[in-house]
Amino acid sequence: MNQLSQTLSPTLERLGGVYLLPVIVALIAFVLIGAPSSWVTLTVAGLSMGMMIFLMASGLSLVFGLMDVLNFGHSAFVSFGAFVAASALAYMAGWIGSESIWLNLLAIFLAFSAAIAFGLVVGWFFEVVIIKPVYHDHLRQILITMGALIVSEQIILAVWGGAPVSVPRPAFLEGSWLIGDVTIEIYRAFAFALALAVYVALYLVLKHTRIGLLIRAGVENREMVEALGFRIDRLFVGVFMVGSALAALGGAMWAGYETLITPALGGEIMIVVFIVVIIGGLGSVEGTLLGAIMVGLMANYIGFLAPKLALASNMLLMMAILLWRPNGLKPAVK
Amino acid sequence: MSQSLPKGAIFIKTLVLFIGALLLFAPFLFQDTRSLEVAARICIFVVLVASYDLLIGYTGIVSFAHTMFFGFGAYGAAIALRQMGPGWDAVVLGGLTGLAVSIIVATVIGLLSLRVKAIFFAMITLAAASVAMVLASQLSNLTGGEDGITYRAPEIFKTANKLMVNEDGKVARLFGVKLNGKLAAYYFVFGTCLVMFIFCLRMVASPLGTVLKAIRENEARAEAVGYRVVAYRTFVFCIAAGLASLAGTVYAIWLKYTGPDTALAFNIMIDILLMVVIGGMGTMYGAAIGAVLLVLAQYYLRDLMGAASEAMQGIPLLPELFDADRWLLWLGIIFILLVYFFPKGIAGTLWDKGARP
Repeated sequence: MNQLSQTLSPTLERLGGVYLLPVIVALIAFVLIGAPSSWVTLTVAGLSMGMMIFLMASGLSLVFGLMDVLNFGHSAFVSFGAFVAASALAYMAGWIGSESIWLNLLAIFLAFSAAIAFGLVVGWFFEVVIIKPVYHDHLRQILITMGALIVSEQIILAVWGGAPVSVPRPAFLEGSWLIGDVTIEIYRAFAFALALAVYVALYLVLKHTRIGLLIRAGVENREMVEALGFRIDRLFVGVFMVGSALAALGGAMWAGYETLITPALGGEIMIVVFIVVIIGGLGSVEGTLLGAIMVGLMANYIGFLAPKLALASNMLLMMAILLWRPNGLKPAVK
Repeated sequence: MSQSLPKGAIFIKTLVLFIGALLLFAPFLFQDTRSLEVAARICIFVVLVASYDLLIGYTGIVSFAHTMFFGFGAYGAAIALRQMGPGWDAVVLGGLTGLAVSIIVATVIGLLSLRVKAIFFAMITLAAASVAMVLASQLSNLTGGEDGITYRAPEIFKTANKLMVNEDGKVARLFGVKLNGKLAAYYFVFGTCLVMFIFCLRMVASPLGTVLKAIRENEARAEAVGYRVVAYRTFVFCIAAGLASLAGTVYAIWLKYTGPDTALAFNIMIDILLMVVIGGMGTMYGAAIGAVLLVLAQYYLRDLMGAASEAMQGIPLLPELFDADRWLLWLGIIFILLVYFFPKGIAGTLWDKGARP
């Protein structure tokens, strides 16, 4: 047995190591579900959900990796993004309802841009006013960002009220495609594609630009990069703002996905986001993607196979992974 | 140390004694149901905050699962009282079951996550608490779902129960207060909470408390001196969870109702956090001060804010911001400012006032 695992592990590493996990999960689910058409539908749903969660979680993870700052108020950006996008879409109701696909596209582009812009501004405010005074003090960081989360939630309640807000979708994203006996909701495919594009852009920036090089170096060893004369703290403000903007974009896409949002959205998302970054390993973008995809897939498969278990599935997944790898699947090098 | 207490410390201790005296005579001093409700809530929250202070103030670990343990205790008693009918056997069985569940869950969470970074622990407890909340609303045949459970408390605590009877066969009065079951229930709450609070005070003054403080100040050093940090942390986490669970049981008996809003909601966790920070982390006496201030604010500030909101009708957005339901907004802002400027809270800041250098 031991010998087998020794010969097996290099092969597994070469094939992708922990990145194989989602594939394995998908294969097991395929056997358990039995019907290929529902399996495809569930997998697409899981992947698009995972990609949206990735957008929301990536900023949190990067910020922690770079500055050792954990922002418990991160989900505030998600809810702000969702509500700003919902208001923007409602404002452009005429364009959304029109037959022209271009007006539709313009409307959704403007709504998402509004969410991103709002995320950038609120992120800057958060970083400079709330987090900067408590660098290097985890206890106070947790308390202060928690306080900020309470205040943001209350502001959302004050501005948008407690009743659920319905989010209009552009006409061309309504409905679903039917390929054979497989149904795929158009919005899910759209969300998956958009989030994938954002991930590719993020990956290219991190791996192929000078700023990306500095960020990765900063995550690995901040003191050394500072000693070489780079201002990590300034870079950090930028990373924080981008992270918040990504969370806001994720929230905006989530709003369109759910079509009915309540102020409780932030709290629900926060738990999922935390589980994702814990599973993936704090500080690494790849780990976050892996964790998000795992959570998305598991949520959909288990929701189909054993609906009663669905609530606890994320928690069980996290416990299993923490027992196996206490620092997450793919932690940033520290 | 005990000979030369700074003036601030004496002041704080006197203040806490004064609060204790007020709570002791509360049924006689404030003779209406709402005040008694407030006083009982203060008693419960003093224990909750004190046990939470063991974690955050003395050991330096942040948990968001404190309401979960509170809820275990409350639901344990509630379910037992509903299934078995009002009686002390149900209270003991339910309370002990809640306590056992709390301690087991606390041990599992502690051993799983207390060996890694403190921040992981905070996140994992938050996730666990949310799962508990969802479970409570889903397992509705056991927990009553969102509606919660109503049940009857043991016979002696019934409002109609007469503790003493005067010549006419009616309930006797002492200083104008009816000696009925409500009074007995209040003194049950007060007594158990007092015992638990004194237990917390005693614990932090013991050698164990010193070790906990050492872990808070310098984890690596405590480990190097030979204390097993993970074991100590898990132990204190279990103690705090057990106390919270017992407080939950007592509160369930007092309220005769247990639901997600009174026992599990995240709002309670936020209240505890606010109380511990306002009162002062790592002082234990601060728990009493914070709990009193915040519970009073909860009950009476809302009325004030409602009036302010009325007065500002016509101005855009301001009435919404001052709405009675938005009082958490202002508390949140006060909370952030306190963490910035007075991280030691009221008790911690005043404690060293007048100390000789």
